[in-house]
Amino acid sequence: MLALIIRRLAQSVLVMLFVALIAFVMFRYVGDPIASMVGVETRIAEQEIMRDRLGLNDPVFMQFLRFIGNAVQGQFGISYRLQQPVSELIMSRLPATIELAFASATIALIGGVALGVFTALRQGSFATGAIMAASLVGVSLPTFLIGIALIYIFAVELGWLPSFGRGQVVELGWWRTGLLTESGLRSIILPAITLSLFQLTLIMRLVRAEMLEVMRTEYIRFARARGLSDKAINFGHALRNTLVPVITITGLQLGSVIAFAIVTETVFQWPGVGSLFITSVQVVDVPVMAAYLMFIAFVFVVINLIVDILYFAVDPRLRVDGGAAGK
Amino acid sequence: MTEPLLSVRGLTVEFPTRRGVLTAVNNVSFDIMPGEVLGVVGESGAGKSMTGSAIIGLIERPGRIAAGEIRLQGERIDGISPSAMRTVRGRRIGMIFQDPLTSLNPLYRISDQIVETIRTHLPISLAEARRRAIGLLDDVGIPDAERRIDDYPHQFSGGMRQRVVIALALCAEPDLVIADEPTTALDVSVQAQIIDVMKRICADRGAAIMLITHDMGVIAETANRVAVLYAGRVVEIGPVRDVIKDARHPYSVGLMGAIPKLGGDAERLTQIPGSMPRLSAIPQGCAFNPRCERVFDRCRVERPEPIAVAPQREVACWLYDEPRSDGRAHA
Amino acid sequence: MTNDPMTTRQIEPVIPPRPPGLLRQALDSDMFYSWRNSPVTIVATFTAAALILVALLAPWIAPYNPFNPATLNLMDGFTPPMSEGAFSDNWFLMGADHQGRDVFSTIMYGSRVSLFVGAMATLFAMTLGVGLGLASGYNGGTIDAVIMRIADIQLSFPAILIALLIFGVARGLIPPSQQESMAIWVLIFAIGLSNWAQFARTVRGATMVERQKDYVAAARIMGVHPALILLRHILPNVLGPVLVIGTIGLALAIIEEATLSFLGVGVPPTQPSLGTLIRIGQQYLFSGEWWILFFPAVTLVLLALSVNLLGDWLRDALNPKLR
Repeated sequence: MLALIIRRLAQSVLVMLFVALIAFVMFRYVGDPIASMVGVETRIAEQEIMRDRLGLNDPVFMQFLRFIGNAVQGQFGISYRLQQPVSELIMSRLPATIELAFASATIALIGGVALGVFTALRQGSFATGAIMAASLVGVSLPTFLIGIALIYIFAVELGWLPSFGRGQVVELGWWRTGLLTESGLRSIILPAITLSLFQLTLIMRLVRAEMLEVMRTEYIRFARARGLSDKAINFGHALRNTLVPVITITGLQLGSVIAFAIVTETVFQWPGVGSLFITSVQVVDVPVMAAYLMFIAFVFVVINLIVDILYFAVDPRLRVDGGAAGK
Repeated sequence: MTEPLLSVRGLTVEFPTRRGVLTAVNNVSFDIMPGEVLGVVGESGAGKSMTGSAIIGLIERPGRIAAGEIRLQGERIDGISPSAMRTVRGRRIGMIFQDPLTSLNPLYRISDQIVETIRTHLPISLAEARRRAIGLLDDVGIPDAERRIDDYPHQFSGGMRQRVVIALALCAEPDLVIADEPTTALDVSVQAQIIDVMKRICADRGAAIMLITHDMGVIAETANRVAVLYAGRVVEIGPVRDVIKDARHPYSVGLMGAIPKLGGDAERLTQIPGSMPRLSAIPQGCAFNPRCERVFDRCRVERPEPIAVAPQREVACWLYDEPRSDGRAHA
Repeated sequence: MTNDPMTTRQIEPVIPPRPPGLLRQALDSDMFYSWRNSPVTIVATFTAAALILVALLAPWIAPYNPFNPATLNLMDGFTPPMSEGAFSDNWFLMGADHQGRDVFSTIMYGSRVSLFVGAMATLFAMTLGVGLGLASGYNGGTIDAVIMRIADIQLSFPAILIALLIFGVARGLIPPSQQESMAIWVLIFAIGLSNWAQFARTVRGATMVERQKDYVAAARIMGVHPALILLRHILPNVLGPVLVIGTIGLALAIIEEATLSFLGVGVPPTQPSLGTLIRIGQQYLFSGEWWILFFPAVTLVLLALSVNLLGDWLRDALNPKLR
């Protein structure tokens, strides 16, 4: 098991290096770093000096190494647009995105598994048909439209919930949380639901398909033939076996929640990293784009690792070395 | 004569499909006596497994029992409520499936699966259930049962897993065990062992066995009586020895001819020409008529029902409808 | 469930042999059977066909040309649906937007842009993905490892993020004077490049299976050029799954385009797509002019949904083993 985790770690490092290379190429070659840092009136000679000082005349490979070295320390340069260190910018906006992502991941996970199990067990019922049809429509609905619709219904027409922003926030050290005030909690409801719907649909369909698959297996038939109760079969044997493959995909889905937040944050004017990224794309603020790419890649890699480890915890076939082959 | 343990009468299982209703099991009747081993033989698709599934109430949708009745110790068990059926499954009828590799839940320890089953049916403590489970594993020949009980299925070999499956089927002391091709998926070398274990452990507990297989050899060694199925119908039923020695239905004759005999004159094994019809294209009259060497006009029109030809023997064939000059058949 | 192994075959009456026409064959096929037996698919087919037709014919059938300043009257702005403009005798079925443009006509022109970008992007993704997938599956080895690794990495990121990045980079590389005219191609490139991996993966898998088969080995032994083997023998065998992914990919690309345009990084405002129209409409939603957003949104959803449904049906029809 340890060997496998080490191998996975090595793979993760490779992936990070690959993404870093892309980020570096962007950082270095898209736009002129010097031109964006200084005014037009700066003389060529002065620019050359700056170039030298920043190491832009060094061999590309050295520059890449330095880029990685800086990235490891969280240094991604200065935002062209805001003239602030990128790391500071991201850190100040990170809590908003993470809170939103966690809220919607929770909704997606609980809702997705519950609906998936329900629709698998109630095959052919009216409710299942309705849920499946709704999920198909849901996949075809762009996130931003869902957000607009929710705002229109719950904020504009009914006036129950705020339509934008985070509400009041509380500082916990450097972390600004919106989860401790009433207005903060009310503000997160609509964006969290918007962000969760797509993942919820995916998880639901996956759980359902997997569960139907498991229900057809011989060991479930054998469990029935032994007279076990429906509860023991459905929620003991079937659900547990369903969750093994679901864990991987779900884990990855939760990672993409953070990336998907770009759209939701824009619709709800949520002050997170996603909306920072989108404005950066609009004005080609390359350091922020590069840093965001690295950040998302890092999140994915970490989640991947956690998923791998979880896999071991759930599936005994992977845990035991030696023994008869699994299948 | 004692009352049969299991009595199946006119059992018919149908599958509605897009282009018509298929009859997988057609008007099948037989009895199983307490402690008896009934072999059920036939080609794949003949309805053997479906009959087993029907008895234990596990026919997959959209299939359904369309007619007939199934009685266990005189009491009907077809069409009863799911909760009532659960007290039959495992407790009164145990089932062994074909593939031990897929019959056990890979994520649960053996101990969990056995103890869970025992405690579902019998009101005993966890510790006692575990003790019983260990005893049972010991009985089915798993060495070092006390330690291995906490292993996962993938840590056992195929033969060992089938022993675990047998233990599971028998852990709540059922009166009848339905074994659906219990050795087909195993290496030839362990098949005999598994059959022995199954036979011994059932005999010890007085449980009857319904042994479903396409292997006439296994039946010859194991069963007291045999039912031959063809295209969803019983074509012949009787004591194993009689049927092997003196098969009456032309299909059984062919089937028995296909058993290789040790030391037999090295003649060829008989082959039945053609293959069993698909369920969707069962010919009119006797289902076997296109392949039958002794076919005559009536076989192509009328479907024969089982006819008693000797004590305990029935054959569904028009050849035995009237007393014949050779005197073999009873009217 | 219809594919039960025991499925009956109807015994058909013997008809004198007459070679069936192509249309007849098509109508007799299993594909058509499954199409005819799925009312949802029938509705989806007609919806998609109608929307595509309207988009193609927009310049000829739209009541107004919303981009011709001569016919525009700013004073007609915010005319509600089914009424006449305040300062002209133009009649607006779906109302007019803030500039007095007929929403119905802008939708027609907008779907044109959306469909064009979606179709071109999908075509690009398909070409790239199928090409790389064939190369990967046929050659194996290092090429395969590298391509598939990149596909893996890319597949774990949402397409929208990748498209945004590509879009941002392209914007940094293209001189500002050409940005407007190039925008639509950049968009197509970005969306296409964010969707190739699915194709590549599927085609690679199928290619590896086909490559093992005897007829490919035979062709190879006879010295047929690999490119020809790929084109003539392997490609036809992977077209089914490619078609399915392509159809579903088209729906995804349309949504992706709308999202990018909604975020303000898509097509230029002079060539609004459905996403742009929704972006504009959103600004007026809260002041009560709902129609500026509502109708483009409904069109977008109908388009994406009907194409998605078609893709779903196609997948089931081509691969009955899957539910």
